[in-house]
Amino acid sequence: MSAATLNHDGAFAAARRRLRFGPLWLAAPGLAFLAIFFLFPVLRLLGLSVQDLETSAWTGDHYARIVATDVYFRVLMSTFRIAGLTALLSLLFGYPLAYWLAQLPERQRGLAILAVMVPFWTSYLVKTFAWMVILGRTGVINQILSGTGMSPLPLLHNEFGVMAGMVHAMLPLAVLTMLPVMTTIDRRLVQAAETLGAPPANAFWLVYFQLSLPGVAAAGLLTFISSLGFFIVPALLGGPQQTMLAQLIITQIQEMLNWAFAGALATFMLVAALVTCWVYDRLFGLSSLSGETSGRTGGGQGHLRSAGMKILSALAKASSALGGPVGRALGPKMMDRLLPLYSALVIVFLVAPALVVVPIAFTTSPFLDFPPPGYGLEWFRVYFNSDLWVSATIRSFAVAFATAVLATLVAGLAALALARSSSRWRGAIFAFFLAPMIVPRIVIAVGLFYLFAQIGLVATDLGLIIGHTVLALPFAFVAISAVVKGHDWRLDQAAATLGANRFRTLMLVTVPLIRGGLVAAFLFAFITSFDELTVAIFVSGGVKTTLPKQMWDDMILQLNPTLAAVSVVVFAIVMALLLMAEWLRRPAR
Amino acid sequence: MLSPLAQARTAPVQAGAAATPKLLVDGLTKRYGAITALEPTRLEVPAGEFLTLLGPSGSGKTTLLQMICGLVEPSGGRILIDGQDETRTPVHKRDIGLVFQHYALFPHLTVAENIGFPLRMRGVAPADLTRRVTEALEMVHLGHLAGRFPKELSGGQQQRVALARCFVYQPSVILMDEPLGALDKKLREHMQYEIKRLHRETGATIIYVTHDQEEALAMSDRICLMNHARIEQLGTPHDIYARPKTAFAADFIGVSNIFRGQVRRDGSGAPMLVTGNGSFRLSADTPDRPDGTLVVRPEQLDIDGDGDNEVRGEVVDTVYAGSETRVLVSLGGEETITVRLRRGTAPPRLGEVVAVRWRADAGVLVS
Ligand SMILES: Nc1ncnc2c1ncn2[C@@H]1O[C@H](COP(=O)(O)OP(=O)(O)OP(=O)(O)O)[C@@H](O)[C@H]1O
Ligand SMILES: [Mg+2]
Repeated sequence: MSAATLNHDGAFAAARRRLRFGPLWLAAPGLAFLAIFFLFPVLRLLGLSVQDLETSAWTGDHYARIVATDVYFRVLMSTFRIAGLTALLSLLFGYPLAYWLAQLPERQRGLAILAVMVPFWTSYLVKTFAWMVILGRTGVINQILSGTGMSPLPLLHNEFGVMAGMVHAMLPLAVLTMLPVMTTIDRRLVQAAETLGAPPANAFWLVYFQLSLPGVAAAGLLTFISSLGFFIVPALLGGPQQTMLAQLIITQIQEMLNWAFAGALATFMLVAALVTCWVYDRLFGLSSLSGETSGRTGGGQGHLRSAGMKILSALAKASSALGGPVGRALGPKMMDRLLPLYSALVIVFLVAPALVVVPIAFTTSPFLDFPPPGYGLEWFRVYFNSDLWVSATIRSFAVAFATAVLATLVAGLAALALARSSSRWRGAIFAFFLAPMIVPRIVIAVGLFYLFAQIGLVATDLGLIIGHTVLALPFAFVAISAVVKGHDWRLDQAAATLGANRFRTLMLVTVPLIRGGLVAAFLFAFITSFDELTVAIFVSGGVKTTLPKQMWDDMILQLNPTLAAVSVVVFAIVMALLLMAEWLRRPAR
Repeated sequence: MLSPLAQARTAPVQAGAAATPKLLVDGLTKRYGAITALEPTRLEVPAGEFLTLLGPSGSGKTTLLQMICGLVEPSGGRILIDGQDETRTPVHKRDIGLVFQHYALFPHLTVAENIGFPLRMRGVAPADLTRRVTEALEMVHLGHLAGRFPKELSGGQQQRVALARCFVYQPSVILMDEPLGALDKKLREHMQYEIKRLHRETGATIIYVTHDQEEALAMSDRICLMNHARIEQLGTPHDIYARPKTAFAADFIGVSNIFRGQVRRDGSGAPMLVTGNGSFRLSADTPDRPDGTLVVRPEQLDIDGDGDNEVRGEVVDTVYAGSETRVLVSLGGEETITVRLRRGTAPPRLGEVVAVRWRADAGVLVS
């Protein structure tokens, strides 16, 4: 162990004695914020779900009603079905792409990742709008089909539409979660297995695949949990059969103001998310989510492990049985191109929807014809002349900016605090800051709505900023923690010995050196807020609407080319931000 | 020729040398729970001295250094600089410079900005700052690299920047924690020379940590040998080499041949050490004690030469090390002794049985 780390721990141990709690104090603002605006409202909502509306007595009625009422129970089931299917398909489609990305040379991989990230950075509403344009009865695909004389296909307002939209949204998350694990796998191990006599299929399934499993599991966890709370995609791309829990909660609140019942529904979702996390933690350890290696990976309990090995062997047999004839039919050259070809197709699937919107924004037609009959700026004019749209845009900007500043500040302090702390509370605090990422948004949003209704923050910008900050904090925290983890604290010690006090050390040494993480945090928080609808659907309203809320309202009423113009502007803004961040993040000079 | 910066330093050094020590560490101690990193320790460092803390890993060198500069809070004791109690002064207000093992140069600042940092913290006017930075850069011969970033420099160059950054603000005491640890041997030797030159030119008071005994011998005015969280022996390099007080000190510094045994007096009252390898005459001024360890350096042994004491053994190896040749003689079993071959003698053949002799006053009896 190096003396330097020993002794900086020593320095902080000493400081801690002076301050009792030491640097952990820096996490206090974040902890207080989350306690008031996250933990309390969520617990309150859970409390409501077991209270009688009139008498406030304890009751399990609301839960009984969910299970007993056929409609509700079906929604519950379809929520799990859709979320599970989304996770499964994202893994299936994403794995080969991640595999391909992992073996690309560094530079090309960077570029390819940018393409994969496009849907990640595209607003949910823009993405969904794009899919409506593509899949609609007179949408892009059906126009092409009818052009070739075929009858139109029902692609929208059914399971297919929902899955297209959900998988498109979740695929980047799945790929980006699996990729870091895959890039660290030493491919020579596969070669070693082959030299030891393993046929290629065995070498892949029993070595590479097994080593990549922690990444696959993490990706499955994240996509499943995120999918549980979806409502935009099922509401706009699905039919009645695809109604999901979040939609039900929104109707319960917006139309019936039935808090207790909404609370019970929210509890189901929360419990599902937590149980998934718990299972994952049992099997892999939650810490491996953040890329930290855990002792458990690759281990696993006895019979579970041997069962897993049997499955993998079976897969290996199956794939070599299948691979043999296919390989002979296609020839070795074609086999080598299969993976790049597949990856290119998936990337097109990821990028194309965002691009389809562009020509429609410039159409001269009042409909969403594709290709447009003529090009003009008509719909941008409508957008910029509408007070509603313009004020929504400005509000979204301001709220996102305030959210980004607040989240970066609070998360930055917390990340600094935790990085330098050796307290036994460290793990718990870390988990608390990540919790808003795991608790479904709709649960947080409904809880906050209830709280805001009591303290008069509904339909205020402050309410929006607070709500968005809760949602953005985990992302900002992760972004900053990742950078702070690699920070060399000896530089801060050096600054102190050279005469810099704590504040100047922070401003002149620490902050410039973790700037990359701060910029990333700011960006994540900004975009989280800029694209946020769940909180906005309750908290913003009337004239105090945000851009996503305004888009949502329009999309429910009726699709129009103005939405395309708005989408293009939103897309352009986000891309501009990304470029700016990239520029800011580069080292000084 | 001395730079103006250097002249500014030398004057007060001479004036204050006789009076209060520059640095006084008094009863300083550090405990981490059950572990004692430093036993209560007293250390006086006169102005302008080059003192080396030498000792094996974990002996408390870094702990002592970090307490002096304030990065680690002592569990007890005081630190006085120029007679002023500085024990509770925060790091940034102490007038102390610390050179880190891995330099700790700010990667986002240029060489010149790095060196200017401590001056900026002290509110030095821009014009003055530029002048002093330039001077410091000249001092370490890096004038041409002012605009570079640390990662664009070689290890040796980075080390010089770290030195310049420390010397530029003329701190009362400069602490260096294994500053050359990361450099290769050749560069190390060169930098040892550079650090000595800076010390000479500036007259700074330097406390230098190393666990390389050759480095300590070559550079120091005094060596503070540490072991098991306390000072084992404090003295000039020659002192410690020629008159180690303990077997540890003898073994740690230089190569030693060691014989354990009981002290007896012969008929005339002269002290003798009775060991498993025979009885040896000790020097007449040996202090009275029942037993001890006799330390004899390789250069004090002579093959087939003169001397009061003798051991016989078989030559098992000869090691040629450029400036000298060492002969390993087995005394039977595991025991071997190392003899430095006198200049101009032909090395004995392997397997030859030789008599190794030394004079009674060449050996030192330690505890
Ligand atoms: N923060 C700490 N917590 C617990 N023990 C510590 C701490 N810092 C140092 N120690 C212990 O104090 C003792 C002295 O450590 P120190 O770093 O001063 O040794 P050193 O002489 O500098 O060693 P090296 O040559 O390896 O740098 C060691 O036993 C070490 O384990
Ligand atoms: Mg040390």
